[in-house]
Amino acid sequence: MTDSIKLEVSRYRPEQESEPVFQSYEVPLRKDWVILDALNYIKDYVDGTLSFRWSCRMGVCGSCGMMVNGTPVLTCATFLEKFAPGPIRVEPLANFPVSRDLIIEMSDFMNKLKSVKPWIIRKEEKPVEEGEYLQTPSQLDDYKQYSMCINCMLCYSACPVYGLEPAFTGPAAIALAQRYNLDNRDKGQSQRMEALSTDEGIWQCTFVGECSAVCPKSVDPAGAIQRYKVAATEDWWKSVLMPWGKGK
Amino acid sequence: MIVMENNSSVQSKLYTRKVPILWWMHRWVDIRFITRELTSIFVATYAVIFLFYIRSVSQGAEAFAEFSEKLSSPLLIGFHVFALAALLYHSITWFNLAPKAMVIKIGETKIPGLLIALMNYAGWIFISIVIGWLILNS
Repeated sequence: MTDSIKLEVSRYRPEQESEPVFQSYEVPLRKDWVILDALNYIKDYVDGTLSFRWSCRMGVCGSCGMMVNGTPVLTCATFLEKFAPGPIRVEPLANFPVSRDLIIEMSDFMNKLKSVKPWIIRKEEKPVEEGEYLQTPSQLDDYKQYSMCINCMLCYSACPVYGLEPAFTGPAAIALAQRYNLDNRDKGQSQRMEALSTDEGIWQCTFVGECSAVCPKSVDPAGAIQRYKVAATEDWWKSVLMPWGKGK
Repeated sequence: MIVMENNSSVQSKLYTRKVPILWWMHRWVDIRFITRELTSIFVATYAVIFLFYIRSVSQGAEAFAEFSEKLSSPLLIGFHVFALAALLYHSITWFNLAPKAMVIKIGETKIPGLLIALMNYAGWIFISIVIGWLILNS
């Protein structure tokens, strides 16, 4: 077994390149090293000009998502040894503009996230003296899965619809909308429905399912979007059959 | 406070990658997905042919017999066999995905996904039998 492995890392330095190029680095192949360890080794000992994002190293912050051999992964949770004897191709997350080397520009995702109002909306707040809004374990279970999203954007990279139609609201934002819709304390479903039951929202999803396949937290955004479609359809039928209903 | 200066020049240097038209050719999972999408072409073509067939009924016995004769050509029989396979592939993959879209709770208990898929299959088979019975007994 070799004791080193080759990484082919995408480099984009806008001041000197008009498009990304690959640069090869030889790094030690250690059993306990993940891709992020290898990138940090390069940064510390081989080439300090390499730029990439990372923070927690434990699959919580969602910063270190990159394409590894064409698949979006958290580099802190992907072992080097899995790809031996190599080489391993490391690129910035697909479907996003590249800012530098392995760093993508994420404003589009941030704007979309904000558009779905990912917070609890109340029609009226009860006074603090009345205490917390209590939930049963079953009510918690209704949305808990979707609340595990760490905004790592792997699902956007895996989604061909987002790649081809950048206006698509995308998997994580819709899953997070569902996280609040399914929370019994929330009363903002109709506000989110206005933003999401549109061409750019849920209806652009063609259920490829790759968003759920790559999700490191098993959030299942694809399932969330399909459930949203069912809810939007019910909403539409109700508005047609019972126009006197409370509607919005 | 940090102020990001000259934001427009940073934006203009972003590199945007294009999605190649044959993006789906590299991985088996993408090929399967595109195959599922392409089945719609066969289903739509079948529906158009069927509509013309119905129209021939309204045009009289001769037109109907002529259309039936055309439909029995090897080319169109081949097409219908292929369309049936495409329809089955689409339907089966669709019903397998149904539990993702339908999360049903009775009281505090979630109905298992497998049961939801099976209920969809049962509905599909039941409707097919009813339609088959109506056609064969008419």
